[in-house]
Amino acid sequence: MSADAPKGGPEAQYRAFLAQGRFMIQRSRSSGRHVFYPRVAEPGTGATDLEWVEAKGTGTVYATTVNRRRPEDGGSYNVALIDLDEGVRMMSRVDNIAPDKVVIGMKVKARIAEIDGAPQIVFDPA
Amino acid sequence: MPHPLRGKTAIVGVATAGTGEAHGRSPIELLGEAAVKACADAGIGLAEVDGIFAATSTHALPTLSASEYLGIRPKFTDGTNVGGSSFEAHMLHAALALDAGLCDVALICYGSNQRTASGRLVSMSEPQPFEAPYRPRHPINAYALAANRHMHQFGTTREQLAEVAVAARGWANLNPEAFARGPLSIADVLAARMVSDPLTSRDCCLVTDGGAAAIMVRADRARHLKRKPAYFLGGAAAQWHRTISQMPDLTVSAAAESGPRAFQMAGLSQKDVDLLMLYDAFTINTILFLEDLGFCPKGEGGRFVSGGAIAPGGRLAVNTNGGGLSCVHPGMYGMFLIVEAVRQLRGEAGERQLKRCEVALVHGNGGTLSSQVTAFLGGPAAL
Repeated sequence: MSADAPKGGPEAQYRAFLAQGRFMIQRSRSSGRHVFYPRVAEPGTGATDLEWVEAKGTGTVYATTVNRRRPEDGGSYNVALIDLDEGVRMMSRVDNIAPDKVVIGMKVKARIAEIDGAPQIVFDPA
Repeated sequence: MPHPLRGKTAIVGVATAGTGEAHGRSPIELLGEAAVKACADAGIGLAEVDGIFAATSTHALPTLSASEYLGIRPKFTDGTNVGGSSFEAHMLHAALALDAGLCDVALICYGSNQRTASGRLVSMSEPQPFEAPYRPRHPINAYALAANRHMHQFGTTREQLAEVAVAARGWANLNPEAFARGPLSIADVLAARMVSDPLTSRDCCLVTDGGAAAIMVRADRARHLKRKPAYFLGGAAAQWHRTISQMPDLTVSAAAESGPRAFQMAGLSQKDVDLLMLYDAFTINTILFLEDLGFCPKGEGGRFVSGGAIAPGGRLAVNTNGGGLSCVHPGMYGMFLIVEAVRQLRGEAGERQLKRCEVALVHGNGGTLSSQVTAFLGGPAAL
């Protein structure tokens, strides 16, 4: 792990980076493959040579849905799977667009937003 | 060379309890009633049960709870929990344990009162830390995302998804035990309340109560019992992910792996199958599993089910009880797939009885398209 990595396991480190305003993901030094969500070893190989790298923050909508809710219950909201350009996938949502206007293939850009008091990655149309 | 487990064990007793609404009854009571009725169906005393296989949505230690409730002291226990597919996995594990002589009478059982207790899916599943912040609705969002992807890649339509629900309702209308009966059209499904695009409330399985159980013994004993045996011909499990964001390709489930392995173990091919019991938590499931199990090419599932192809009178008999969509779905549905397969193999399915049913494919799904377990049951002619 990088020398400046926060303390704790990979999940705690990921969240600590987010709290610093940094979107960091892991990469195996030997395979060059990126890993998300953060783990103690590369899935499949068990390689423990994972280092933290700054995510580019660019990605593409892989799949999307809208949770339909009445306006008085908070309104409908988007849930999407985003493929980061590094080749890993994460669940998130696309903001600053109507939830039903999000489509597969849409280019998106990551942003750190506060959700329930904690920093999380959300996306905006790129 | 047939697999050494092929035909070595058989299901000889099945039962359900409190399917639909079971007011004032607890999960363990429904499990217990189904277990006792399955023993009676088999003509085997409860005291003979020495192997127990169980998973529920409410018991952290299900084999302990079930065994204590029933007052049995099993020699072999298996509480494997792979969601709704647990019971197909239990069947495979029971075949192994019986064949190895580790137990002689296996009980596989389930019970849930989720409809009358809460009216919604009951799950002990822990929150997924990398998904929970986005408030996904579990489990429907995962299946909606898969449907969205399938429509994008293969041109599958909402009408084709609706065909699955309409076919299931057609079968349910022939099954007095089915909870949701009455007319249902493609237009009805499309006009139903949108829950998670592209899935409406009619693309979703029911929330019911219900218990179900099966008794399994070695074939040498099965031949001397009162019911026609449903022989275990093969089974295989596969799992590629837990959370939907880690599923490699949302249009290909691990049934693409469990299916071929189970077919090989059973020495069967698609043309040998008279009945498919596919875990239809949502309409997209049936389409994915028809493809992944080799009944149509990848991407063709929507077109394959069109025109009533899997409805009564269609070209392939799928989910003849009415499925999770219209018969019963008490949280974990896998046990009910087995019960219907056995009833069809015995010729006890009444108005919905298939003219020919010697081989049934039972396919369980668990989690969010996560665990896939394929198994084959067959009548004596399939041996």
